[in-house]
Amino acid sequence: MKRNVFLLLGLALLLSITGCGYNSMQASEEAVFAAWGDVEASYQRRADLIPNLVEVVKGYAAHEAETLKAVTEARAKVGSMQLSKDMVNSPEAMAKFQEAQGQLSGSLSRLMVVVERYPDLKANQNFMDLQNQLEGTENRINVARVRYNTAVQGFNTSIRSFPNSLTNSLLLHLARKEPFKADQGSKTAPKVKF
Amino acid sequence: MKSFCIILMLILLPQLVFALEVPQLRGRVNDYANMLSPAASERLEQTLAAFENSDSTQIVVLTVNSLEGENLEEYSIKVAEAWRIGQTKLDNGAILLIAKQEHKIRIEVGRGLEGVLTDLTSGRIIRGDISPYFKKNDYDTGITAGVSSIMQVVRGEYKAQPRDLKQGKKSAEPVFTLLVFLLVAVVFLGSFSKYLGGAAGAAGLALIGFLTFPGLGILILALLGAAGFLLGLLVSFLFGGGRGSGGGFGGPFIGGGFGGGSSGGGGFDGFSGGGGSFGGGGASGDW
Repeated sequence: MKRNVFLLLGLALLLSITGCGYNSMQASEEAVFAAWGDVEASYQRRADLIPNLVEVVKGYAAHEAETLKAVTEARAKVGSMQLSKDMVNSPEAMAKFQEAQGQLSGSLSRLMVVVERYPDLKANQNFMDLQNQLEGTENRINVARVRYNTAVQGFNTSIRSFPNSLTNSLLLHLARKEPFKADQGSKTAPKVKF
Repeated sequence: MKSFCIILMLILLPQLVFALEVPQLRGRVNDYANMLSPAASERLEQTLAAFENSDSTQIVVLTVNSLEGENLEEYSIKVAEAWRIGQTKLDNGAILLIAKQEHKIRIEVGRGLEGVLTDLTSGRIIRGDISPYFKKNDYDTGITAGVSSIMQVVRGEYKAQPRDLKQGKKSAEPVFTLLVFLLVAVVFLGSFSKYLGGAAGAAGLALIGFLTFPGLGILILALLGAAGFLLGLLVSFLFGGGRGSGGGFGGPFIGGGFGGGSSGGGGFDGFSGGGGSFGGGGASGDW
């Protein structure tokens, strides 16, 4: 009989460990990192597209040198940033990342406006392909950002709600994650429609 | 209670009205804007069904009358997330979305197809295969040509798997849960009396057998009951005795010859998304 009591106690302890969020918090932190990986990958994809785009535009609109230079510079700035998954813990690093990406978005949208003046370029097969890819990439960035924010919200809520907050402050010490803020960059996302 | 429900509905109602809702998945061809002729729609449905049978890749067509002001890309990903076209883990689904009033076309590509059906290829399909026909108001040819180009591009990327494998896995899980539950019950009852534990094992195991494989005969159920009685006694003895060394009780139960044997699955005539995920790949265009 006594043995059974111990058995039940052991079972209760096991259940309470899974019930206090020790595992679920770590799982949702991993979900945040995974979503962040997607965000990084889609921004990287955009950065990889830009040299090709600049090359093609140069061929038709060489004297838009200033606009092209702005794009190239913004891309170089994005490329020089050290990315890591620890960034999601730091508001400053996230703000810097967002600012750099926002600048690139801005200069890209200016380039796309300039392009309007070159009908030859707009009809170019190469350019149309690039335009599709750029559009797709911007869309992927949006989707990845929305999903990242959802993951962050889930995680931040989970470390603050009751039994979990106790477990976190005693055992895990997981930091709050930083979501994307709706910035100017997202509002002026390159309009590559014609 | 009733008035509470009504108030709740009234609160929720505005949100339902504002967002353009994701239509119900009716089949592979969801022609809500009535752009296709019945014959063409039927043909497409069959072609796509055959394609899924051979390649497991799911392609779905959706036409809507109007986006009602919603952004094409946002609506498209919403549909993709709701329908989950494509197989789980393979993510091999694609949706051809057409908004009639806005004259907009989008191919939404599942993650697993992004490698072959790239944004570039999708854009070319829209520009080269679909919109020229659409401009001439020939929707049948445009949609059919678009779908067959998509199929051509993604053909051979995946192979269909035999279906029954998946089913066997599904039916195994509740059995396991029931067995664990039975074990707890036997240990509990067995602490009062070993015979009570045995009886619980007998009744429980027979019941689980009956629930899992409804077609079992009386004889097999009786055998299961006898085996359950013996196992129940054993478990009660191990735990209730107080002196016996613990541990190792998982063996007889879990090793008990379950698994395999598929229950007659309900027909596959109804179409549904397989659980594929989308990451926003694809291209948009217009006519």
